[in-house]
Amino acid sequence: MTDTVLDVRNLRVEFPTRHGTLTAVDDISLTIKRGEILGIVGESGAGKSMTGMAILGLLEPPGRIASGSIHLSGDRIDALDDRAMQSIRGRRIGAIFQDPLTSLNPLFRVGDQLVETIRLHTDLTKSQARTRAKDLMREVGIPAVDERIDNYPHQFSGGMRQRIVIALALCAEPELIVADEPTTALDVSIQAQITALLKRLCRDRGTAVMLVTHDMGVIAETADRVAVMYAGRLAELGAVEDVVRRPQHPYTVGLMGSIPSLRKDVAELQMIPGSMPRLNAIPQGCAFNPRCTHAGPKCRRDQPRIDSAGAACWLALEGATA
Amino acid sequence: MIAFLIKRAANAAFVMLAVALLAFLIFRFFGDPVEMMVNEQATQSDRAELRERLGLNDSFVTQYTRFVGNAVQGDFGMSYRNQQDVMVLIKERFPATFELVLVATILSLIIGIPLGVITAVHRESKLANLLQLGSIVGVSLPSFVVGIMLILAFSVSLGWLPAFGRGDTVQIGWWSTGLLTPSGRRALVLPAISLSTFQITLVMRLVRAEMLETLRADYIKFARARGIPTDRVQWRHALRNCLMPVITLTGMQIGNLIAFALVTETVFQWPGMGLLFIQAVTFVDIPVMAAYLMLVSFIFVALNTLVDITYAWVDPRLRDDAARAGGANG
Repeated sequence: MTDTVLDVRNLRVEFPTRHGTLTAVDDISLTIKRGEILGIVGESGAGKSMTGMAILGLLEPPGRIASGSIHLSGDRIDALDDRAMQSIRGRRIGAIFQDPLTSLNPLFRVGDQLVETIRLHTDLTKSQARTRAKDLMREVGIPAVDERIDNYPHQFSGGMRQRIVIALALCAEPELIVADEPTTALDVSIQAQITALLKRLCRDRGTAVMLVTHDMGVIAETADRVAVMYAGRLAELGAVEDVVRRPQHPYTVGLMGSIPSLRKDVAELQMIPGSMPRLNAIPQGCAFNPRCTHAGPKCRRDQPRIDSAGAACWLALEGATA
Repeated sequence: MIAFLIKRAANAAFVMLAVALLAFLIFRFFGDPVEMMVNEQATQSDRAELRERLGLNDSFVTQYTRFVGNAVQGDFGMSYRNQQDVMVLIKERFPATFELVLVATILSLIIGIPLGVITAVHRESKLANLLQLGSIVGVSLPSFVVGIMLILAFSVSLGWLPAFGRGDTVQIGWWSTGLLTPSGRRALVLPAISLSTFQITLVMRLVRAEMLETLRADYIKFARARGIPTDRVQWRHALRNCLMPVITLTGMQIGNLIAFALVTETVFQWPGMGLLFIQAVTFVDIPVMAAYLMLVSFIFVALNTLVDITYAWVDPRLRDDAARAGGANG
């Protein structure tokens, strides 16, 4: 059990608004082990980034964790105040955000941003921290580090900036990295490099990674396990091979059908008809039922719950048309 | 970059020539200079001789050229009122105005910036709302009202600070400073507060707006995700990104402050250029008015040009363009 780095149980994130409370994350439970990469996939607005922000304690007010718990290596972190969270963010949980062009402060040299983060979380002196910053930059594949350390963010390309963001996330050797769409803003060729880099660094260090993306291809290449989210709920959770080869939830089946492939001889990409419901109009029963071709009366009446692994689908849970 | 500098300098020179034309027209055509200068007993031939000596019979273009030529050398002629060289008068008065404007600018920055950050960061709090309300009052109160109220409160009722004058000054070369004597500093307090009230609220509102924008930026969220303490994120990472427009505003406003100082100097009888100008107006002392107009315009134009050049220098993309052009040439 000590192997479990992140343990999220029955997490619910709510946004109180004038028109009632919206549930952005609805009863999510998941765990990530040491050295494991868990992919979280879903459409925009499925609640995947929200889950990541809840773990980092960076939900924008009025968003809040309404119920459930988050444990980091056995320590409960969901109820900590902001000051206590400051000593966890950056030190025990690293973060990588979507857009490397805007993640770095444009007015500070990248070296200063690294040194600042390193010194905040360790007892290193300024010159030791600078040496460590250079080591980290080399490790993430920045050439000519001695020169580049004093450059400003705008002097780096997007891919190079994302490498620096990764270096920043690794400054204090965190137990967990929350990577929120780390490759979405990059060119396809750079995407593969960054994904491979992230995978290698975390394997070497035994860092657990929560990889949030809407790109099933990235998940298939990188992750060990995958969680599929739909309308704030978990639709399916399992090992990547199982989910990719034998998806159980009709939504996951649809997602797989929408990935272009060179090998398979598919005449046309499959599309899931309709679109994800808004948070204030989630249908009764299974959230996917209006778009599901297999939906029966039970799907429209009762909400299917996922257990430790598998799919939140009555078809899969009961093995027959409900 | 060089071409840009030349273009900006040419623009500035053109504007100054236009201002000089205006000043010259005032000088030449608002009443007859000869009538202003001679005493009532002067004969017609005395007047004709003076007119000839002043070169007033020359052509318009010649006179204008001479005016500009003299102005460039700092020669604005003699004051009608006290027969002193105008430039000497201005030199006497300029330090008082400059010190007042300088202190008011510093006040506006050291008070305005923190207030702006506080109102942006705690924007739902009562204090922030109160400050916002106060800033509206500050923006809308005319500075002479502020000055009179300050005199009423701190000089008349409480008797803490002097109501007028500049106190004792120390002479350093041609520059007379009131900053080095206790009475000079005490005399500076009320005028500086009065002059900076508007400026403080301006800086505060600008910083607040910029901060609200910057605090939404990704790099602020990412800084928090790196575990950087909230105070440091706000006062270092966010504030620094807000300062560009504040510097611009402050630079541009110095010209305005010198112009506004006219009112403050009148209220506090502060012996600066503004007061000199008001006195010159009362006596129709045209050379002094023309010199004041030229000088204030010059400060405005110089600051604007400087701000434009600073922009080009600060904006990294422009800087890179210049470097690339230089590389291509070299």
